[in-house]
Amino acid sequence: MTQVLRLAHGRLVDRSAPLMISFDGADLRGYAGDTVAAILVANGVRICSRGVYSGRPRGLMSAGPEEANVFVQVLSGAGEPMVRATDIEAYDGLVVESLAGRGRLPDLPDASRYDKRFVHVETLVVGGGGAGFAAAMEASRGSGRVLLVHDRPVLAAEAHDGLADRAELSAAGVTVLTRTTATGLHEHGYVVAVERRTDHLASPPIDCSRERLWNIRAGAIVLATGAHERSIAFAGNDVPGVMLAASAATYVTDYAARPGERAVVFGCHDGIAEAACVLADGGVEVALVVDTRADVGVTSSAALAARGIPTLTGTVTSTETSGDGILSAAVVRGSDGRVETVDCDLLAVSGGWNPALQLYTHTGGRTRWSEPAACFVPADGPPRVAVVGRATGEFAESLRPQATFCVETAETDDAMVYLDLQRDATLADLRRAVAAGMRSAEHVKRYTTISTAADQGRSSGVLSVGVLCTELGVAMSQGITTTYRPPYTPISFALLAGRDRGHLADPARVSPVHDWHVRHGAVFEDVGQWKRPRYFPRDANEPMHDAVARECAAARTGVAMMDASTLGKIELHGRDAGELLDRLYTNMMSTLAVGKVRYGVLCGPDGMVIDDGTVARLDTGRWLLTTTTGNAAKILDWLEEWLQTEWPELDVRCCSVTEQWTTVAVVGPGARAVLATVAPDLDVSNDSFAFMEWRDAVIGGCEARVMRISFSGELAYEVNVAGWYGQALWEVVLEAGQPHGITPYGTETMHVLRAEKGYPIVGQDTDGTVTPFDLGMSWVVSKKKADFVGKRSYARADATRVGRKQLVGLVPIDGRSPIAEGAQLVASDADLGSLPVLMEGHVTSAYDSVALGTPFALALLADGASRHGDELQAVDEMAGTPVRVTAPVPYDPEGSRRDGD
Amino acid sequence: MLKIGCPWCGERDELEFTYGGQAHVAYPAHPADLSDAEWSEYIYFRDNPKGWFRERWVHTAGCRMWFNGVRNTVTNEFTVFYKPGEPPPSVGRWIAQ
Repeated sequence: MTQVLRLAHGRLVDRSAPLMISFDGADLRGYAGDTVAAILVANGVRICSRGVYSGRPRGLMSAGPEEANVFVQVLSGAGEPMVRATDIEAYDGLVVESLAGRGRLPDLPDASRYDKRFVHVETLVVGGGGAGFAAAMEASRGSGRVLLVHDRPVLAAEAHDGLADRAELSAAGVTVLTRTTATGLHEHGYVVAVERRTDHLASPPIDCSRERLWNIRAGAIVLATGAHERSIAFAGNDVPGVMLAASAATYVTDYAARPGERAVVFGCHDGIAEAACVLADGGVEVALVVDTRADVGVTSSAALAARGIPTLTGTVTSTETSGDGILSAAVVRGSDGRVETVDCDLLAVSGGWNPALQLYTHTGGRTRWSEPAACFVPADGPPRVAVVGRATGEFAESLRPQATFCVETAETDDAMVYLDLQRDATLADLRRAVAAGMRSAEHVKRYTTISTAADQGRSSGVLSVGVLCTELGVAMSQGITTTYRPPYTPISFALLAGRDRGHLADPARVSPVHDWHVRHGAVFEDVGQWKRPRYFPRDANEPMHDAVARECAAARTGVAMMDASTLGKIELHGRDAGELLDRLYTNMMSTLAVGKVRYGVLCGPDGMVIDDGTVARLDTGRWLLTTTTGNAAKILDWLEEWLQTEWPELDVRCCSVTEQWTTVAVVGPGARAVLATVAPDLDVSNDSFAFMEWRDAVIGGCEARVMRISFSGELAYEVNVAGWYGQALWEVVLEAGQPHGITPYGTETMHVLRAEKGYPIVGQDTDGTVTPFDLGMSWVVSKKKADFVGKRSYARADATRVGRKQLVGLVPIDGRSPIAEGAQLVASDADLGSLPVLMEGHVTSAYDSVALGTPFALALLADGASRHGDELQAVDEMAGTPVRVTAPVPYDPEGSRRDGD
Repeated sequence: MLKIGCPWCGERDELEFTYGGQAHVAYPAHPADLSDAEWSEYIYFRDNPKGWFRERWVHTAGCRMWFNGVRNTVTNEFTVFYKPGEPPPSVGRWIAQ
């Protein structure tokens, strides 16, 4: 296409640098410095998008951040689903597509690089117009660091007077970031800004990130954010050809593009005369200037008269369109009541200016309505924040409008008066909200969706508040306003993530034996940040169920081994460590002899279980705690919190030693023989190394600590060596176990084995509402201790009330149907066809069991402790499995397996 | 993101810290002597003032030490940070007692 509407000279475009872009498959010519919007204007593309719900044709309504109609999908380069056409800098080869309100997310991962920086400055200036430039120069005279961010490619002042303002700022020591939008102003001088670094380049350098997130901490913040032009609503105000007046002028002055051939200019302040003169000087025939005011400024009148532009006191009441839906005429009504239809293809409108105070209000800054300026202005700002320039609302006299929001006549169809173009929301929608009883702007916003689109109300917010106040018959000063929240413009998740994506999103923690597990085909699962082997398939064809059955059988009948290194381990030193443990664990710990181990439960002050594990006494003043894998950090914090904030008089030091030790569990009737082989100097007989004891040993040449503890009910030892000897230990045990058929197993088998014994997993079988009594573990709660954290709560009525959920076992009545984890438990005669039914509990763990010869489950059931033998249904996906309630220890309830065969 | 003054390390970004709720809620000396109402007051009830609030923080990604701060819950401004065991400062009539 040809650039039918191009002028000879524009402030931002370089007419010597032509380029070509593709818009909806059509090749359009433009120049360096153009935005996509400017190229659309210059090429006479009038219909650029469709209303998201109405499907009505829409064209450009602005030249800048006010744009609510024309968003495009960028297909070239890194791509972007939805960008304002007025924001995209054109480059040769740029490919974009129009959108009907919504972009499409790409199917492929974003391959671009994003990074972030942290900076500290004494003064941050947001906005590089004249006021921002002056503020930055002023600040640079002090000794502090000054940063200026500006969201366009070229400083505004630079664009207007041709001076190298950027160079002047740099010379004064001011750091300048262009193409950088401050998107959020937060507490204590913290500002987030987004720098777009490569999207304007045809071939971006590969060593440059696409966008950069600036985390700025500023001593003082100067908002020179300017003002956004506000429209006036009337019937048919959404058709292509209706544009903000200053934007229409901007296309002429900055981009050398005429937004139309014949214009009507409509507004309520002298700025429209200025726009009309620019348009006329740019070769647009200005057919009429319509001003709501009778007393138009003298200068303006003279300027219009000098160009022979006719004027009318009155309003535009509606538009007419040609067959393709594009503006063909404006219907105007004079103050004398005369109605006239004026042919035009451009209707330039201005209802005044809204100071851009989004950042100002992010942390609670309040605005007030200014009658003379007809806009919201800064009233009560956050600390450290100053507002300068047009953002203050202190406009030149000529820009002060007669407040005008909406034009309506007897003939107006209020469903054709658009208040939010991007949401396709109309005056009729707003009236429906008012009729439904909405009075606050926040309610109307949610009911109508006005100002909830991508521009967050930039073009529609104040306009709609103005219309709402008119509908309600209240003054603008009544303070009906909505709250702006960050971000000011959308930020991509990819930018927020920065480099922290994929395998860098979260640290992956692996045990020292990890490489062996990988080499031997382990299937892993995530446990907190840890990668743990879930099971070890014999070969690629062995499914999990078979592998787990094989691993379980080895642990119950032979010998098996597991990498238990991920268990949290905390060492306590100090005279009072026993006292601290007595205060935190439910049972007595201080009486534990050196060389012994005790199981313990930790509860919150509310008496609910938060963790469990073992406590070993290494020496009189030295203890080793284990925690569940996912809770290690939390329990260390728990100990520190009590020590630091409640009992600083206790002499105790806590230290995480999780990663200092590799732990290999050797489990099963054959475990003693294996241990005897690897630790020939250790007396492993039951009499001299009893259950719940620990011993020092030398294994494979390494100093080792062996604990006789069991998470399976079988004879078991946990062998600990210094972390870096972990793989050697694993291989030594594996080799010694070969004659006994030792079988490595993973977390799935560990879960089956522990569940068969009714050992709960904190966080799986408990959910923060479960006491040790609910778990059937009253034996772990000391009756002798005067107090421990949680004890007082067991004396509350709630701890013993009827209906508490208690841990039980479940087996399917038919002996073979699987039970689903998470299934709800209902009465056996409950009719699932007639809801609701009473839910009496839920399944917390469920497995198939070789040892029991049946699937089984653990569950929390109301009054479960007294309901063993009851029949229920476990309901999953609306199908009930008949189950029988059992004691929570389905396998070997006598504990006869503990010492081996 | 708040700027928080750890009494041991100095000012750091909020992301290094974990919030600990209302300060100066001591574990009762003799829980067994408390009524159910008094005990549940300790466990479940905390002040939620509009204005100045004495609260706990811990420098999780730093020195791992607990401390207290006085913050205005409306503006998020802090007036003072102090170590556990130091006397709570008086900060005007809005403070939750």
